[in-house]
Amino acid sequence: MLTALNQDAASPLRRPRKVDGIIELVGNTPLVEVRRTTRGLSRGVRVLAKLEGFNPGGSVKDRPALGMIRDAIDNGRLKPGRTIIDSTSGNTGIAIAMIGAALGYPVRLVVPANVSEERKNIIRLFGAEIVYSDPLEGSDGAIRLCRKIVAEDPEGYFKPDQYFNPMNSQAHYETTGPEIYRQTEGRVTHFVAGIGTGGTVMGAGRFLKERDPRIRVIAAEPDSEMHGLEGLKHMASSIVPGIYHEEELDLKIPVSTEDAYEMVYRLSQEEGLLVGQSSGAALVAAMDVARRLTHGTVVAVFPDFGARYMTTNLWTTWKESLDVGNVDFSI
Amino acid sequence: MSVRVRVPTPLRKFTQGSDEVDVNGDTVLAMLEDLEQKHPGIKERIMDESGKVRRFVNVYVNGDDIRFLQNVDTALKDGDSISIVPAIAGGL
Repeated sequence: MLTALNQDAASPLRRPRKVDGIIELVGNTPLVEVRRTTRGLSRGVRVLAKLEGFNPGGSVKDRPALGMIRDAIDNGRLKPGRTIIDSTSGNTGIAIAMIGAALGYPVRLVVPANVSEERKNIIRLFGAEIVYSDPLEGSDGAIRLCRKIVAEDPEGYFKPDQYFNPMNSQAHYETTGPEIYRQTEGRVTHFVAGIGTGGTVMGAGRFLKERDPRIRVIAAEPDSEMHGLEGLKHMASSIVPGIYHEEELDLKIPVSTEDAYEMVYRLSQEEGLLVGQSSGAALVAAMDVARRLTHGTVVAVFPDFGARYMTTNLWTTWKESLDVGNVDFSI
Repeated sequence: MSVRVRVPTPLRKFTQGSDEVDVNGDTVLAMLEDLEQKHPGIKERIMDESGKVRRFVNVYVNGDDIRFLQNVDTALKDGDSISIVPAIAGGL
């Protein structure tokens, strides 16, 4: 039945034959039903994944990066001669570097030194400069170092400031939320997304609730301050992003790193979906919700694909867990 | 053996905010046990119930990842510098 719905709803998502530049391909990502990994749910419950890895920069972060940069160009905060700078552990950096290259603005990124090699390389290949911050200080250390660099030459930079720029969540309000509503023909009942800056869950969640106040908005969060869910933040122990308003959430579900990694491994072998750890976390939370339902359509945001984590602990340590779920890792 | 341990931000609540602490141990495991003795609660954030370093935590001895040495059996000597680093770089 949903296949038919998707065909009806497909036209707004069809890719244009030709575009004038890569940034026109941001958004309009597909929604895919997760079937095997979700077995055991009530017959009336479906779990759908929004595959943000289909964005041209490879992640959900293309949306807020483009929203913030377009807004800055429109209001004059970004003009020729200025460099785009921000602190980012990866996906936002890649998105900013890609958009900077496409629009002709130099980009400088402050990243913790332990960010994955492939991320560093992708950022460099877009021509952006990387400044490293102390890995022991995490993303908060990168935020502080970036603020210091900007303070030394405030006129030289435009800082999108994804943690505090309302255009971050606005981008999701204007694109991610409407796409999900349209792709499910308004049948979405639960929306699940991880919290990094909070932009996705806040912006898309706000749109969906305005459309239908019965839609529940749920955030997946690392269960501990010491975790391995790259991209997600444990709010109680972090600098809380200015765009994050916890009171707008219906529920926050803590997810352990081990459970999220296991879900990533299962998705790759049971669904042919090779995704990153934040997608695993989103599905763990989505399943937690879905198991309690008799009817419903649960949409989870999968922020990126797994290939860009090949040198990270997600994959380099997977052999340590041969006994993960019912998946055979004897390859 | 007295060694110095660099503590990442998420674990500093166990070390009263200190980013470096001095502990004793002739192996990484012994060092972690002494760290737990002095800062209760910290070890379970680093190791799982089976005694293995959690998959998302990297422990370095003088800059070398113990996964490429002898893991928690890696020998330590006086003055070694240990870093406990989350395997991730934080928010998106």
